[in-house]
Amino acid sequence: MSAVEEIASQAPAVEAVPKRAMTLSSGTAFVIVLLLLVVPLFVKNFIIFQMTMLLIYGLAVLALNILTGGSGQFSLGNSAFYAIGAYTSAILMEQYNVNYALTLPVAGVICFGAGFLFGQPALRLSGVYLALATFALATAMPQILKLGFFEQWTGGVQGLVVTKPDAPFGLPMSQDMWLYYFTLAITIAIYIFSVNLLRSRSGRAFMAIRDNEIAASAMGIDVATYKTLAFGVSAGITGVAGGLGAIAVQFVAPDSYTITLAISLFLGMVVGGVGWLPGSFVGSAFIIFVPNIAEGISKGLSGAVFGVLLFLVIFLVPHGSRQVAMVAQQLLGKLRKN
Amino acid sequence: MELFTNQVLAGIATGAIYACMALAVVMIYQAIDHLNFAQGEMAMFSTFISWQLMQWGLPYWGAFIVTLAFSFAGGIAIERVLFKPLTKAPILTQVAGFIALFSIINSCAGLIWDFTIKQYPTPFGSSPFLGSQLISTHQAGMIGITLLLLVGLYFFFQYTRVGLAMRAAAALPESARLVGINTSWMIALGWGMAAAIGSIAGMLIAPVVFLEPNMMGGVLIYGFAAAVLGGLTSPFGAVLGGFLVGIFENLAGTYIPHVGNEMKLPIALALIISVLVIKPAGLFGRNIVKRV
Repeated sequence: MSAVEEIASQAPAVEAVPKRAMTLSSGTAFVIVLLLLVVPLFVKNFIIFQMTMLLIYGLAVLALNILTGGSGQFSLGNSAFYAIGAYTSAILMEQYNVNYALTLPVAGVICFGAGFLFGQPALRLSGVYLALATFALATAMPQILKLGFFEQWTGGVQGLVVTKPDAPFGLPMSQDMWLYYFTLAITIAIYIFSVNLLRSRSGRAFMAIRDNEIAASAMGIDVATYKTLAFGVSAGITGVAGGLGAIAVQFVAPDSYTITLAISLFLGMVVGGVGWLPGSFVGSAFIIFVPNIAEGISKGLSGAVFGVLLFLVIFLVPHGSRQVAMVAQQLLGKLRKN
Repeated sequence: MELFTNQVLAGIATGAIYACMALAVVMIYQAIDHLNFAQGEMAMFSTFISWQLMQWGLPYWGAFIVTLAFSFAGGIAIERVLFKPLTKAPILTQVAGFIALFSIINSCAGLIWDFTIKQYPTPFGSSPFLGSQLISTHQAGMIGITLLLLVGLYFFFQYTRVGLAMRAAAALPESARLVGINTSWMIALGWGMAAAIGSIAGMLIAPVVFLEPNMMGGVLIYGFAAAVLGGLTSPFGAVLGGFLVGIFENLAGTYIPHVGNEMKLPIALALIISVLVIKPAGLFGRNIVKRV
């Protein structure tokens, strides 16, 4: 308790992922998009709804991945931005009769602002301290939404009911299917935006900061601006996901956005592989389906089964689905040579 | 003025709860440099063990001692089996490990003892302390034990070989290893001690918040707030921080309008963030200087 110095020789908070390893090859991406386009035509509405949720949570995990895998900052509080996005969409749609598609950019912009502002105090913090501050944000968010002061807009504890949009132009589609394709289009757009962002000058600045903050600032990168920018972008994407989530679930209430959601997003990122963007959607599948599987194995012990599965993932594939994908790629390469 | 004094007294009484938890949080932070998000659940599980022992007919202090030993062993076991293999893993993976542990313990406790609220006995009685209506003998006892624990820890770290070795292992692991300290076991010892202190906190808190698997949620966040306020590297600061948080919470509830029960968590949030922004090392923590 008296030592003044600590040597920065511990394992880095976030391991460095080269940006080449962050994305999929175009062939694989094409096949996946084709599957995502065709599969809904052959399955039941409930499964379409689950696929929509998978994309939405995938977006939220992707946002976290940009923040953590890209710029090396932690967040256990992204559920707060998800909540702000969801409430923005719901309030605009229900109280002001704004078209659902137009509410999403608004949700994104408001959350970008909120994230940018929260990024300011977060600048002072790193590692565990940042995790703690964001953890507190996530815990406090439901309470803030319940405040009497906001009740005329938020509907207080009861929340708001959101109407599900019909397919436009008289397209012969169920509401669920239309919403799925709508979500898919937005997801693909945001995914391409994220990939390009990480390849751009700003993305390189994020990664330089992640790998060594001092070296980055010595190279002339404005560390404060880029760190808050990363927070803002991440919060903005999470906000769009939140808005989509509100439309898909048709309901917003303070208790849907507790710390549990933030932890789920975090776990999705770890399982999917930190810094590997496609992994976000694998992680999203993990957090949507594994609790159900756990409940199927044992009703009373679902939490314990979930925890054990998580430990298995951590021990067997510490780099998440990225590691699985890389091993698969190597095997394929060997097969081709033979 | 009467109201003010009373609220401060009541604040000190609730603060004792947070102080206990903050002490456990700081202990583990000292040993492993991370915040253990499962700390509260470990404490809850220990408290259930002691409750079960008492149901089987053990006297309070007997159950207390057995639980303490169990928690110490349990903390070491968890470190050896689950977290030692993760020493080299990125921090993110370790945090995921803490969350997994949280989920497992919470679910197991719910299955074994179910989610109904249970009464938990206190050895101090619950009559008014020295004629004051605001602070009961149990709360006075709780404050006493927390202070006793703090003094004990101080002597342990300052005047024993093991305490010195633990400090060395936490401050400069490489150098500590060079002079022959088994740093890996020091970490395990830290886990054991944190679990034991957590179990004391749990057993002291249980008569106030009642015993159930989710009893630690709010307390843990306040414990974090207290630890951050006092400085994550100072056990003394953590205890003082606990009392301050308790007093602050009560005064804010009395004097700021519209601050009711539902505003308690946002207050903790505001406190954590403002301390982290204004003085990240906390009141008594040391500033960590990193060599590039």
